[in-house]
Amino acid sequence: MSALDALAPPPAPTAEPTGEAGLGPWAAAWRRLRRNPSGIVGAVIVALFVLVAVLAPLLAPYEPATGEWFGEVTPTSVPGPSPEHLLGLDSFGSDLLTQLLYGARSSLVIGVVSTAVGLAVGAVLGILAGGLGGWVDTVVMRVVDILLSIPSLLLAVSVAAVLGRGQWSIMLAISAAQVPIFARLLRASLLAQRGQDYVVALRSLGLRHRRIVVGHMLPNSLGPVLVQATLVLATAVIEVAALSFLGLGAADPAVAEWGRMLVTAQDRLEQAPQLALYPGLAIAVTALGFTLLGEALREALDPRSDR
Amino acid sequence: MSQPLPETAAARRPLLEVEDLRVRFSRRGQPPTTAVDGVSFSVDAGEVVGLVGESGCGKSVTSLAVMGLLPERGTQVSGAVRFDGTDLLTLSPGRLAARRGKDLAMVFQDPMTSLNPVLTLGRQLTEVLKAHTDLDRAARRAEALDLLGRVGIPDPRRRLGEYPHQLSGGMRQRVLIAVALACSPRLIIADEPTTALDVTIQAQVLDLLTTLVRESGTAMVLITHDLGVVAGTCDRVNVLYAGRVVESASRHDLFARPRHRYTSGLLAAVPRVDAPEGSPLQPVPGSVRDRLEWDAGCAFLPRCGRGDDACRTGGILLAPTDADRARHAGRPGHPDHEARCVHPAGATT
Repeated sequence: MSALDALAPPPAPTAEPTGEAGLGPWAAAWRRLRRNPSGIVGAVIVALFVLVAVLAPLLAPYEPATGEWFGEVTPTSVPGPSPEHLLGLDSFGSDLLTQLLYGARSSLVIGVVSTAVGLAVGAVLGILAGGLGGWVDTVVMRVVDILLSIPSLLLAVSVAAVLGRGQWSIMLAISAAQVPIFARLLRASLLAQRGQDYVVALRSLGLRHRRIVVGHMLPNSLGPVLVQATLVLATAVIEVAALSFLGLGAADPAVAEWGRMLVTAQDRLEQAPQLALYPGLAIAVTALGFTLLGEALREALDPRSDR
Repeated sequence: MSQPLPETAAARRPLLEVEDLRVRFSRRGQPPTTAVDGVSFSVDAGEVVGLVGESGCGKSVTSLAVMGLLPERGTQVSGAVRFDGTDLLTLSPGRLAARRGKDLAMVFQDPMTSLNPVLTLGRQLTEVLKAHTDLDRAARRAEALDLLGRVGIPDPRRRLGEYPHQLSGGMRQRVLIAVALACSPRLIIADEPTTALDVTIQAQVLDLLTTLVRESGTAMVLITHDLGVVAGTCDRVNVLYAGRVVESASRHDLFARPRHRYTSGLLAAVPRVDAPEGSPLQPVPGSVRDRLEWDAGCAFLPRCGRGDDACRTGGILLAPTDADRARHAGRPGHPDHEARCVHPAGATT
């Protein structure tokens, strides 16, 4: 076992008898979440981010990446805020606000899809390892170890080299980096359940092992995984930006993307710092939102946080 | 090592027959521990049999071994556990699982942790029905309602949708009893079913358990360290010490004429309401750790006031004492009161 096993997850929501009688464990967690101010801030940010991403075509004042006002951009200056362009233009002569709003789309899609894929694959591996144990566990966890030993950036570059640049490469790279996290977490979570009294009690009732693992141990192990998924979304948003910053993202300039906006902003950092400021802020705030929400979830699902 | 035991009820086949059950746990780098060291007892259909002993005597391990619930790794189980003629120890895990819950079920010690915290009681009750019966969804629900009613849970319809933490310990133990009884098993093993409960609730739950078991003709193995519990419920009692049965008798005989020195010590240790005020408690001296290996003599010897060198030979048998043989004289068969003691109490008259 590697050192990562020591980072066992907090126990799943084992719902101690609480003052919240009359509520199921999930309902009680939901209630604790709603009472946590930073959780609410996080949830609001995340909700805004999702809304903006989904409604970008309605919210954006112009079409994205038109280069319509390219004539107004000179080698030495980029027009700043004006009544027509609230945040000004970007260096290709498109509306900066429009670009930002559309940029939320790619971040959301890539972040969510890659996290979902990472979670799904990681969960299957984790269930196999933690549920079956024995040699399956050994084999699966060694594969996961190997996956973990490859730096995610290097993996991303190699994937892009094989598949070509683009969203798919980024998604694949990010989810590949997430698989080991989820696999280990779920495995550790399941192992912690294995010795519980209720599992022995279920076995004494003659339930099949698979039924016990999937129907009983898994729901008890989901708390930490849910928390991790939210936190990983924050990292994913940053990684999407980082990978496109390195030029591994979509080659199509018509697709607005926060990371690539930062790249183009580099050349004009002195004359137009807002070009880097806004996408940078967008990335930071979005990541912060997911992190706050994730931490609040962790507290809400942890039975010890009961007050 | 241990000789075949004298048969007491050779005519009928008992429902459960545990014979020379041994359980050894081995861990890497440590000498193996023998938790159960040749336990034999039997349970007839509909009978309530007590397994009594202090912590560490092998009660719980015996019950887990009978159910096949011990972890496979590092555990060696030998002997035989015949349920209705089938040796459960030789069954494949799948076949054993098919009988668990259906033919034999278990009620556990700690109701606070023996229910799944994130599923509703309804789910947990219907699940066992789903595994072992052909009932459809609606029928399972109806049956679950009925079960909750039978174990005395008020407003069962509402309780079905509730989670374990919304119930008190006593109520949870009632639910666990309902789950164990769901498929009308022929044998229930209750492992200290009242230990984790409040004293006032203990009697209620115990009462409920025995009533239900008697009503349905289910046999029960009641594991406890509480002689008071035994006195109120059991037909027969087996006293365990250091992994072996040291005395086996009907409840009446055991309390009236304890033979093994450990049993008599336990009985003397029970605080009595009618004892003169201020009289000290009479504990059994020492602890289970001060023990001899059974092969070297009587494991209880270091704690026994009556022992001598005769107790230092291995292979002391579980057998009727001379006194009981004398009492039994003239009647057919063997006396069913047996003790594993060289100097049984009440023998020198």
